[in-house]
Formats: sequence, C-alpha cells, structure tokens
Amino acid sequence: MKHVIYLDNAATTKTRPEVAEAMMPYFTEYYGNPSSIYDFSNPCKEAIAHSRETIAKSIGAKTNEIYFTAGGTESDNWAIKAAAEAYQEKGKHIITSKIEHHAVLHTCEYLEKRGFEVTYLDVDEFGTVKLSELKKAIRPDTILISIMFANNEIGTIQPIKEIGEIAKEHGILFHTDAVQAYAHVPIDVNEYHIDMMSASGHKLNGPKGIGFLYIRTGVKIRSFIHGGAQERKRRGGTENVPGIVGLGKAAEMAMQDMKERAEKETFLRDYLIGRVLKEIPYARLNGHPTNRLSNNANFAFQFLEGESMLILLDMEGVCGSSGSACTSGSLDPSHVLLAIGLPHEIAHGSLRLTLSEENTKEEMDFVVEKLKAIVERLRSMSPLYEDFVKKNSAR
Amino acid sequence: MYTEKVMDHFEHPRNVGEIENPSGMGTVGNAKCGDIMRIYLDIDENQIIRDVKFKTFGCGAAVATSSMATTMVKGKSVQEAMEVTNKAVMEALDGLPPVKVHCSLLAEEAIHAALWDYAQKNNIEIKGLQKPKSDISEGEEDEEY
Repeated sequence: MKHVIYLDNAATTKTRPEVAEAMMPYFTEYYGNPSSIYDFSNPCKEAIAHSRETIAKSIGAKTNEIYFTAGGTESDNWAIKAAAEAYQEKGKHIITSKIEHHAVLHTCEYLEKRGFEVTYLDVDEFGTVKLSELKKAIRPDTILISIMFANNEIGTIQPIKEIGEIAKEHGILFHTDAVQAYAHVPIDVNEYHIDMMSASGHKLNGPKGIGFLYIRTGVKIRSFIHGGAQERKRRGGTENVPGIVGLGKAAEMAMQDMKERAEKETFLRDYLIGRVLKEIPYARLNGHPTNRLSNNANFAFQFLEGESMLILLDMEGVCGSSGSACTSGSLDPSHVLLAIGLPHEIAHGSLRLTLSEENTKEEMDFVVEKLKAIVERLRSMSPLYEDFVKKNSAR
Repeated sequence: MYTEKVMDHFEHPRNVGEIENPSGMGTVGNAKCGDIMRIYLDIDENQIIRDVKFKTFGCGAAVATSSMATTMVKGKSVQEAMEVTNKAVMEALDGLPPVKVHCSLLAEEAIHAALWDYAQKNNIEIKGLQKPKSDISEGEEDEEY
C-alpha cells in the first residue's frame, strides 16, 4: 500500500491502539450480558459504570446524565425528536442554524412535516451564529434551541456559553451537537448552560458505532429506542459493551492530552493554511480564521471543482474531503459553504483537510506541493478560468 | 467508484485545450450543479471534424465524459457526430455511477451546442440537431424521508 497522508479526521479518526486493546477482553472474555444476574456479567456492568463516570467527569456532568447511544446521529435524533414530543404542549417552535449537520437539519425537517415550526438562523461570513438573530427568533412557543458546538466542515466554534445563557434566560431547552468538539475543546455543561449534548466515539480516536447523549437532570424527554430497561429505561437494547469501554478509554486519553494535542494541531494547521494562501492564487480560507477547531483547514479554490481535486489528491495518497456537490450525490454544494455566502461555483471548489497529532510538517509540505500542481492542472482545463483570464487580459 | 476507463480519461484527458477561431463552439452546464463543459470544433469544408478540444469544470466523471466524447467525434462527419449520444459515451467508459449520469448528458449537450454554433454560422442544417438547452440540470425531486 502506498504511504497514506490521512487528513480527514473530521470524517473519522484512527482508533488508538490502547483503546482497541482495552476493548478486546469485552469481546472474548467478558462477553456476558450486562443485564444478567450472575457474577460472570459483573465485569461488564463495572466497565460500563466506569466509562460513564469518565465521560460524566469530562464535561462536569453527573453519571446518571450520560446515556450511551450508537453515535452522534442517534443522539441528535433522540434529543430533538424527544424534546419536541415532550414539550409540544408548551409550543411547537424550534430554533437551529443553517449550518448544522444533516443529523440535526433533516430531523428538524422531519418535525416540520409534523406540525412543528423551525427557524434556521443565518450565520455570518465566518460561520458564526449571530446572537442578536437568535434573540429575535425566540417566541413564547419556542421549546428548543439546537446549535452545534463546532462546525464539521469549516471548524468554526460557536459562542456556546452565550447561547446557553440566552436559552436559560428564556427558559428554553438548549441542545448542542458537540460531535466535532467533544474531547477536542474543554466543555463544561454547567458553565455553558447545556441541557443536552451529542457526542460520538469515533471522532476522538475511539470506536465507531458508539456515542452518548448528555441529558440534564430534570429535562423530561422520554425513550427514543424502546425496549429493555437499559440506560435507565431510556435507551433500550443490550449495551455495546466493547464500544462503551472504548469510548471511555478514548475520552480519558483525549482529555489527558487535549491541550498539547490542540497546540500541535494548531501549529500544523496554521502552517498549512499559511502556505496554501500564500502560494496558491485565488484561494480562500473558509470559516473563522482563529476561533476554529485546532485541526480544521477548509479552503475554496476558484475555477475548479472539488471532486476532481480529491481524486488527484487520492492518487498521491492524500485523504481529504470536499463540500462539492459531486461528493455528496446531490447537485447542490455544501449548505454550510452556501450559508457563509460563497457563490455556488466557489463552493464547488472547496477542500477540507482535518489533521491529527500524528501528522507532520513534512506531510504538510508534501500536500502543499501536490496541491499547487493539482490546482494548476485543473485550472488549465477549466472553462471558468479561461474566461477569467481572457476577461482580465482584455482590460 | 469509477471504472478503469473513467479513471484513465480523468487522469489522462484527451483533447484538452482551446482552438483559435473554431468552426463551432458550445458551452453548457451551470455552476450551480457544478459542471460546465466547453467544446471547440474545427470542421473542414467536407463537414468532417478535423479537430476537437474541450475544457471542463467539473467532477471526475465530467472530465472523463468530455474527454471520451471528443475522441468519439474526432474524424467523424458532423452528421456522424450526432450519433455520439450520452449512452454511447457511457458505454465507451464501461458505465458511470447513477449519480453521474447527468455528466454524460452534459457531454452530449456540449457537442450538440458546438455543432449548433457551427450550423448557425454556416447556415446549414444538421439532421436531428436542436437548439441546445443552456441548463441541463435534471430537476430531480428529493425523496420523502
């Protein structure tokens, strides 16, 4: 296999070897069902309790406020649909933003078809939710505000504390999709007034198929997955014990080295961004220049299309992603890039590179060199670039 | 995701470029759906396509279909070029993923647009050729979920 430079850590991350190791015994040795009564199942019960405690501690929550789910999408679905159902007596209005993940947006659209009203807040050019717009959108019948902690495409971190305060002031539930942020930036659910929070294991070097939803005590949302008495009867189904163990271990390790990891990623990120913007013409950075996830770089290159760029990068062993329509199977480019005001043709030429602490400066240099050649090559065959050059030379 | 032929034409596109004072030129597609194709034709007095060049802004499939379409019309008469349909281009590429079928339609449209330009300039009629649409987006409806 050729050398792979993996720059798609917002899509998923490598499971840490220590995490995989911690999980192993729960497949082959401690395979008992945690709900069973015999001693043989005790290690499973204890492991779940231990993971729950680790996670609760990591966000300043109580252990009975952490509910394990199959991942971020399930957590988002649960929080929003169940809150809508539980609080519909009070009202049927929900506020979210235009740049949420589809797990939130499509859930909101689903509710709209069932009699709920949803306000999708605009964001500014950096992808930050405008607090004044949020305040204006609040109505007497608003029951839920759902704003992501950090955006998965452009990395912009939202003013979560301020949003939480506004929600609290108005007595409205506040849910945040923290899938990209949890264990990457410090989060305290009390300081930020978060009532519900979604997270996913595989974004923090943990396993796929496991996540959690934090639900503050007193929030009266009911079960979403009906079944047995697991997770205090709120999430049926035999626990994914190895997954829960892996998530706990990943969270523990990620919390321990969060600061140094972020510093290392930020250095590499800014080095990459600096070189790209300096050395490639007609390139821009999407998202907030500083208030962004430490591992996220998102560019738009004019006159070319993202999927072509991705395939050529792939041929060099570089894994990236794009908000191009052609990578999503629809004809529209990323809703996030459109929401920050990019015109369609520029949004089509976006490239997201999300780093990890394992990347090196040499890899960034390699990527920039390849990228320069790829951009030049695609522009040389782009009718949009041809028109641009002709227009400029005619002046 | 793509066949070997698609990858070959994407990696080594044939006939990329421009033709100065072309006999016909056509640009189709739109930036909204992310594909724009431009075809240049050099056609001799016997209505044979002597040379063809293309430029494409688009995904891998868009580049490959433009490239393949140009190889299929080169050396043909303008009437024969009308037989280079999107289906023929797709077959020549050993198929495209379903979401990319519109790219092959675009290639056919681009050839037709260039032929139309040529026909207009020379006041001739090419059988079966209609005025090209400027926008080929398919108007797909989202499925209910």
